[in-house]
Amino acid sequence: MTALFDINQLLDEMEAGLRRTLEQRGVTDPALIGIRTGGVWLADVLGKRLGIETPFGELDISFYRDDFSRIGLNPKVKPSSLPFDTEGRDILLIDDVIMSGRTIRAAMNEIFDYGRPASIILATLVDLGSRELPVQPDVVGQVLELGAHQRVKLRGPEPLRIELQESGQS
Amino acid sequence: MTANDHSPNHLQLTRGGQLRHFLTLDGLSRELLTDILDTADSFIEVGTRSIKKVPLLRGRTVVNLFFEPSTRTRSTFELAAKRLSADVLNLDISTSATSKGESLSDTLLNLEAMASDMFVVRHSQSGAPHFIAESVTPGVAIINAGDGRHSHPTQAMLDMLTIRQNKGGFEGLKVAIVGDVLHSRVARSQIRALNELGVEEVRVIAPGTLLPRDVESLGCTVEYDMERGMKDLDVVIMLRLQNERMEGALLPSEREFFRLYGLTEDKLALAKPDCIVMHPGPINRGVEIESSVADGPQSVILSQVTNGIAIRMAVMSMAMGGQMSERQQAQAENEGSRA
Repeated sequence: MTALFDINQLLDEMEAGLRRTLEQRGVTDPALIGIRTGGVWLADVLGKRLGIETPFGELDISFYRDDFSRIGLNPKVKPSSLPFDTEGRDILLIDDVIMSGRTIRAAMNEIFDYGRPASIILATLVDLGSRELPVQPDVVGQVLELGAHQRVKLRGPEPLRIELQESGQS
Repeated sequence: MTANDHSPNHLQLTRGGQLRHFLTLDGLSRELLTDILDTADSFIEVGTRSIKKVPLLRGRTVVNLFFEPSTRTRSTFELAAKRLSADVLNLDISTSATSKGESLSDTLLNLEAMASDMFVVRHSQSGAPHFIAESVTPGVAIINAGDGRHSHPTQAMLDMLTIRQNKGGFEGLKVAIVGDVLHSRVARSQIRALNELGVEEVRVIAPGTLLPRDVESLGCTVEYDMERGMKDLDVVIMLRLQNERMEGALLPSEREFFRLYGLTEDKLALAKPDCIVMHPGPINRGVEIESSVADGPQSVILSQVTNGIAIRMAVMSMAMGGQMSERQQAQAENEGSRA
């Protein structure tokens, strides 16, 4: 396990990218939603950096996962909490890692069950490629290509750091 | 085979310890009971959304198989299944096929032929859901919605959820169950759950004629005098007087019962000031509980109903998930052995 990424540099990248995207789209009053667990930590940090006053929402997508029929229900599911009305709102959806795109699909389905947002901007800290669905983030901290047995994991919340794990199997 | 294979858990848990049926609380660990309560908490939040539905059981068929009449339990099971996006079939068997002479096994075979994925079973015979779980096609989950005098596990779990919501936990709590324990399947499940979750004391308060023999062996203390029994209580659970199940003269009269064991404001004042009042419903006002108490500030009877939907969503999705992951595993093993 190594921590060879400068998390602050990635957060700077995300912050700058988000400011740019918000300006391009003319969004002035966005609300943040983090996907549990890593996305929630990032939403907290980015909310402060961007000066967003609306408290951020937390999404647990366990009830929307598309692999329920294969692995059953996550026993450690926690309630989602969106402390604002999503109806007509511009949403910044934050996650730590994007890969297949399935988590984001589930998250968008869940958000729509709270009300129809005006728009969703997707930002992730790391993009690992290997997409299985046509879902692309608008803002990315860093694009990474990993070896077959490597994984990245965001640890936190204090301090936030990225770990590169070798699965160690043949 | 070890002796363990005959425990109820051999039937209701997968090898990995996930629920696959929900028949009884006997043998379920504190950890699993806590998982059920935590999952239900998440479903309570779903009930507050503009769209109160999640897609977990989309495309699955749930059959409510009620051999005994019920309004609240059946409608909350129905709503729970619908909020999980399942298709729901309500069968009131007491007025249906069996009266035309069809056997239970034949009824079940027909329902399985309709590709049902889950049976929610209420039956007046103790052990009926267990029997069905033993004979049903693999992959079909059975949920006990009350069997005879044996158990009513979802009711007990929704009571636990209500207690945790109001008291923050179970440690140090003194809980009394009052009234017709003899005929109550709810009381048995409650006593079991309260002990497993670690309350300080479970007390039953009832006349000797409405207590089962050896009631202490269930894990509770016994008090015949309600005024003494109310002392120091954090939670008081009133049971419905089940007149329809009574054979012979177990009670002098309803008025006499109310005088001795009915929950009145005066008796409630003997418990802790923040003691909550629970009742599984339907309530007999003026028989086991005074109206002003049932509707009073310490009553949580209506939040029990709301919590019932969330608990049933939790148990249904966990059991269905267990069945599906088990099927997946069996398939993987099959392919493995062929390779």
